[in-house]
Amino acid sequence: MKKTILNVEDLSCGYGRELILHHMDFKVSRGELMCIIGPNGCGKSTLLRTISRILKPHRGQIFVDGKNIARMRHKELAQKIAVVSQTPESTIMTVQEYILLGRLPYFRKYQFLETNNDENIVQKYMELTDALKLRETLMSEISGGERQLASIARALAQEPALLLLDEPTSHLDISHQVQILELIKRLNRELGLTVLMVLHDLNLASEYSTRLLLMSNGSIHKIGRPEEVITYETIEEVYKTVVLVEKNPLSGKPCVFLVTEEDIKEGKTI
Amino acid sequence: MMDRRIRRWVVIIFILIAILISVSVISLCVGAAGISFRRIPHIIWQGRGTGEYSILFDIRLPRIILGFAIGGALSLAGTILQGIFRNPLVEPYTLGISGGASLGVCLNIAFKWYDVVGIIAYPISGFVGAALVVVFVYSLSMKRGTLKTQGILLTGVMISFISSSLVMLIMALSRSEDLHGIVFWIMGSLDEPNMLLIRMAVIGALAGLVLSYFFCLDLNALALGEEEAIHLGINVEKTKRILFILASILTGLSVSVAGIIGFVGLIIPHLMRMFTGTDHRILFVSTFLAGSSFLILCDTLARTVIEPFELPVGVITGIIGGAVFVYALSRKQVTL
Repeated sequence: MKKTILNVEDLSCGYGRELILHHMDFKVSRGELMCIIGPNGCGKSTLLRTISRILKPHRGQIFVDGKNIARMRHKELAQKIAVVSQTPESTIMTVQEYILLGRLPYFRKYQFLETNNDENIVQKYMELTDALKLRETLMSEISGGERQLASIARALAQEPALLLLDEPTSHLDISHQVQILELIKRLNRELGLTVLMVLHDLNLASEYSTRLLLMSNGSIHKIGRPEEVITYETIEEVYKTVVLVEKNPLSGKPCVFLVTEEDIKEGKTI
Repeated sequence: MMDRRIRRWVVIIFILIAILISVSVISLCVGAAGISFRRIPHIIWQGRGTGEYSILFDIRLPRIILGFAIGGALSLAGTILQGIFRNPLVEPYTLGISGGASLGVCLNIAFKWYDVVGIIAYPISGFVGAALVVVFVYSLSMKRGTLKTQGILLTGVMISFISSSLVMLIMALSRSEDLHGIVFWIMGSLDEPNMLLIRMAVIGALAGLVLSYFFCLDLNALALGEEEAIHLGINVEKTKRILFILASILTGLSVSVAGIIGFVGLIIPHLMRMFTGTDHRILFVSTFLAGSSFLILCDTLARTVIEPFELPVGVITGIIGGAVFVYALSRKQVTL
């Protein structure tokens, strides 16, 4: 049995009085790459924001590496969890300065300068994410895909136990989507990094994750391996859309195909 | 890499200190009574008692010291506020602080509180006005324990309007000798005979600089947005709160001693960001030094352009600052 990195217990959360998440219960073990999928507005991002402690839960607890996040200090939490957002801010700082910010959680009180160790770590992750060639370029002058790479490098510099990503590929074309996801997969396999990621694209989620968490109206609809979660029944139930699910001939993972109204009217079958 | 960066920072600081010293020396020498640089050691040697000594050390030097403190404090406050609001148009005066201060001073002049309390009534009424506005704006912008940075700007601008309207109302109702006092104070001046106030300004400004350094890394992280800063382990609410109060105190201090000197807190942070980059570890000290030099220079111009009369220094900062800023913008492609 692998060690549990993230343990979400009976979590309910929302904005103000309105509840978005209802009684969520799940665990993520070390070395997993779990994708959260579900329709718009079902609470995927809210879940990530609650785990990263931007939102306070109304009920329930979240444990990371065995420790309740509500009791952690700010820096301690940042050493455990790193977050890559949908669109990293395009600030006027160099890529290297940006990635160095990932070492902030490790700064002691009254420490103003990065140590050699910090720089070596940043150097290592810039090489790993292929961001090294961009180091002197300004964040505001690189493309969205490159910015996403830099953002992942910054998150890695935090050396977290858990990496959270909120739709990291939503604004990218397919080649950059694959580049980012391949990188995440490699980090997961080679460094044993535990990843929890919101993805919109069902096929990408199916292809890259070890387990999937399908959400619907703020609760867990199904959780399991891609072939258990992505079936035409579950997709129809949750997304109210008729689809066709077939195995990808190369990877063996389930793959979703669109079924248009015309197809249904004409009563087409395979 | 780090060594190279530190070497660059040291060079920048040295250049700025050199500029500050040269500007101060020039300011000492020029004026209604021109004193050549070479004579200064001689005058010091002769010691107290001569007219020239008194011009240098009783009239010009206090102004230079006050310019150092006020220019530094205003630029520092601007840098802090632009950092926490992540908005390039914020400056100490857009938050209504100066409006409150000028309202306080106008009330002081109109109701002649200075007859009762003495000259100290000016800075005190200014400071109280500024403090009241800060408390007001701050409490209006607190929602469920978080400081809403979008709301605070709008509230600040509105309070500015209200207080400047009230100031105009007071001006319309007051007699002409009071009117002159109000106008002169509103336009700002470094002519401050009270040594105690000057000392207070210097200590306050330097203390502000030291305190702000505890938050320079937090501000670097805040450049990525508030949520990202939280993800990097920054206690964003605490940082915003402390820095906002610190910037308000710096502004209140400046306004109450020197009146309203606009623009320094807006353009100096911008200019310095173009030269030094956005890292607050160098930005704080470089804006402080540059702001000091800039204000001393402007004050020198203010008292020499139409000798022997004096222009309000706020007019000069506005004209020079604006022109330099527009020029810099057109030369360098910067995103605001």
